[in-house]
Amino acid sequence: MLAYVIRRVFHSIVVLLAVGLVAFSMFRFVGDPIDNMLGQERTQADIDRLRTQLGLDQPFAIQYWKFLSGAAEGNFGVSYRQGRPVSDIISERAPATLELAAVSGLFAILLGIGLGVFTAIRRNGIASNLIMTLSLVGVSLPTFLIGILLIYVFSVELDMLPSFGRGETVMVGYWSTGFLTKSGLVALILPAITLGLYQMTLIMRLVRSEMLEVLRQDYIRFARARGLRERVVNFRHALKNTLVPVITVTGLQLGSIIAFAIITETVFQWPGVGLLFINAIHFVDIPVMAAYLMLISVMFVTINLVVDLLYFAIDPRLRVDGRST
Amino acid sequence: MYRTTALAAALMATTSFAASAETLRWARAGDSLTLDPHAQNEGPTSALAHQIMEPLVMRDMTGAMVPALATEWAPSESDPNVWVFVLREGVTFHDGAAFDSEDVKFSLERAMTEDSDYKELLASVVEVRAPESHRIEIVTNGPNPIMPNNLTNMFMMDKGWAEANNAVKVQDYEGGEDTHAAKNANGTGPYRLVSREPDVKTVLTINENYWGKEEFPLQVTEIVYTPIQNAATRIAALLSGEVDFIQDVPVQDLERVAAADGLDLRTAPQNRVIFFGMNMGDADLENDNVDGKNPLSDVRVRRAMSMAINRDAIKQVVMRGQSQPAGMISPPFVNGWNEEMDSSSRTDVEGARALMSEAGYADGFSIQLDCPNDRYINDEGICQAAVGMLAQIGITVNLDAKPKAQHFPLINNYETDFYMLGWGVPTYDSEYIFNFLVHTKGEKYGSWNGTRFSNPELDEKIEALASETDLEMRNAMINEIWQVVQDEALYIPIHHQVLNWGMASNLDTIVAPDDTAKFKYFTLN
Repeated sequence: MLAYVIRRVFHSIVVLLAVGLVAFSMFRFVGDPIDNMLGQERTQADIDRLRTQLGLDQPFAIQYWKFLSGAAEGNFGVSYRQGRPVSDIISERAPATLELAAVSGLFAILLGIGLGVFTAIRRNGIASNLIMTLSLVGVSLPTFLIGILLIYVFSVELDMLPSFGRGETVMVGYWSTGFLTKSGLVALILPAITLGLYQMTLIMRLVRSEMLEVLRQDYIRFARARGLRERVVNFRHALKNTLVPVITVTGLQLGSIIAFAIITETVFQWPGVGLLFINAIHFVDIPVMAAYLMLISVMFVTINLVVDLLYFAIDPRLRVDGRST
Repeated sequence: MYRTTALAAALMATTSFAASAETLRWARAGDSLTLDPHAQNEGPTSALAHQIMEPLVMRDMTGAMVPALATEWAPSESDPNVWVFVLREGVTFHDGAAFDSEDVKFSLERAMTEDSDYKELLASVVEVRAPESHRIEIVTNGPNPIMPNNLTNMFMMDKGWAEANNAVKVQDYEGGEDTHAAKNANGTGPYRLVSREPDVKTVLTINENYWGKEEFPLQVTEIVYTPIQNAATRIAALLSGEVDFIQDVPVQDLERVAAADGLDLRTAPQNRVIFFGMNMGDADLENDNVDGKNPLSDVRVRRAMSMAINRDAIKQVVMRGQSQPAGMISPPFVNGWNEEMDSSSRTDVEGARALMSEAGYADGFSIQLDCPNDRYINDEGICQAAVGMLAQIGITVNLDAKPKAQHFPLINNYETDFYMLGWGVPTYDSEYIFNFLVHTKGEKYGSWNGTRFSNPELDEKIEALASETDLEMRNAMINEIWQVVQDEALYIPIHHQVLNWGMASNLDTIVAPDDTAKFKYFTLN
């Protein structure tokens, strides 16, 4: 077990270094930040001076090394766009993204599992067929379009929900939360649906097909034959056994909820790290882009690691195999 | 359906307006980058700063220069190299400190340091003197007739506050520490900073002790500023009554805003002209199919290209009527602009073809056009239209549209032979245009001149403008320089951009040509 973990952690570090290397070799194609940083009146001398000051005249390998050695000390540099430390900016923005991801993740899991079970049990009902057809829409429409449609219907036409922003937030320590105010909660609804819709339909379809598989198994028939109530059979016996693959997929999807928040955050002007990243790309704010990409890859690698370990814990067969090899 | 709900939304908006008194909720695409008044010379940054801080002289909403923290200014009678500013009496900063000449001296000197984005505008300044508490003398390295024009965005800070808060130095990119001035502000302006979360929300409230209380409407008493980047969301927020005032209305939504009940659209020409530049200096071009020659070095070809562009078609089709065809690369408010030159461009495809064959390019040639796709209004669309128009005279144009961060380095590094550029003139004087776009490119001048054009005689004239104090003489020189620029067909002017502001009907303002809303001028009804 321990050897397994150590091996996985080692792999993760290699992946992180590779991501950073690829990122830094790409930055030069994003553009040149100098013109965004200096005013229209800049002279050639200003350009050269700033380029040297920022170390942008050096090869990317050296820039990468500087970034790594800074990051190792917890210093991610200063944003070219805002002129403030990147670590401050990201820690200000992270709560918005994490709260949004948590709510839309919850939405996706609860509704996804519920609807999945429902459509599996009432396989041929009209409601099930309708849900399945609608879920195709959720899978196939791009996020920004769903967001714009929701804004149009619920903000412009019905005037029920806000079209942008986080509403009022409250500071709890260093964490700015929108959970404690009415406007904060209301502001979460549309972005959370937009962000979670794809994951919701994915989980729903997964649960449904797993459930259909399980319901065909002999032990379900025996359970029915024993005269157990339908509810007990469906939820205690069938659903429980469908959850292992669902946990894997959900875990991995949690990472993409945070990473895909970029588009949702842009549409709803949600002040999270995704919006920060988009702005950083437009401005060629290299320190912010680098820090964001590293954080996202740390997150994915960690989630992967945790999911692997969970698997290890949940499925006894893996444990036996692991020992024998 | 739509109209009734829009009406309902508008009614709700107006009622909430009446309830919360005079709050104005303002949205535009970008946020201010910093509150440090000298760190970024950039539109949204100085627009926010103008509510909180003030320069010595400023532009009102029509673009005219008016007194702000200085009440009078003139060149010194004894020394032509000195400008004297008399400061306004009885002005205090938001924290109560009195405003005097020491603050001006401090602020100007701060704006002249290496990390300041405003140092080029003060490049001719040798010394700032504060002989009396309300008198400031700016010494330049020669007579500078348009010194005040350079000061309209040069904000004044409180010396004592800056020293107490470790903000003497302009924010830079080293050290990794937050500058106090980047997130806090202490100005003399009509509004005080209440709170600010960068890229999220900035709240300002009226400065009860403002010196101009009697002079300006000041009907807006609270400002909530939220940047909304996505154009569709910004429009939705205005239509649903969540914001009262937006800038950067996308052209495809203009009619919707104008047609909505309870909303108004205001339009005015912007201080920005859009044009194409051409590499006329190199002996041969990298990006064309003509060997050993540079077709763009022939003035007949440049003229033919300009004649092939149908500016009215671009206005109608690409800009949906939101542009003003241009004949010179100067916005209409600028000293040196003249109507005759600006209306000189005409479309004449036959004549253009004749010029092309006269120049020996009857069969045309091919060339690459570099264009930004996220900088100017419908920039890529304009370039696409130009591709079709130039094809009519045999020029095959390969369009390469890129984000601005990749486009502008091409111009500065001489990596493009044919490019789009837009230009605004903050000093409202032609000298600014000549310095950057016409003068031979070098250490100090011509830093945006990607044409490789170089005319030493003209350079001398341009440099002489800086110290010519006889304004009549100076205007004659400006006109002469423009004549050369026009005769050489140095650039292909396309149009002047038009600004659109969308707002709740109970707000009233005119549109400022520099796209800077100064809320102290806004009225409510």
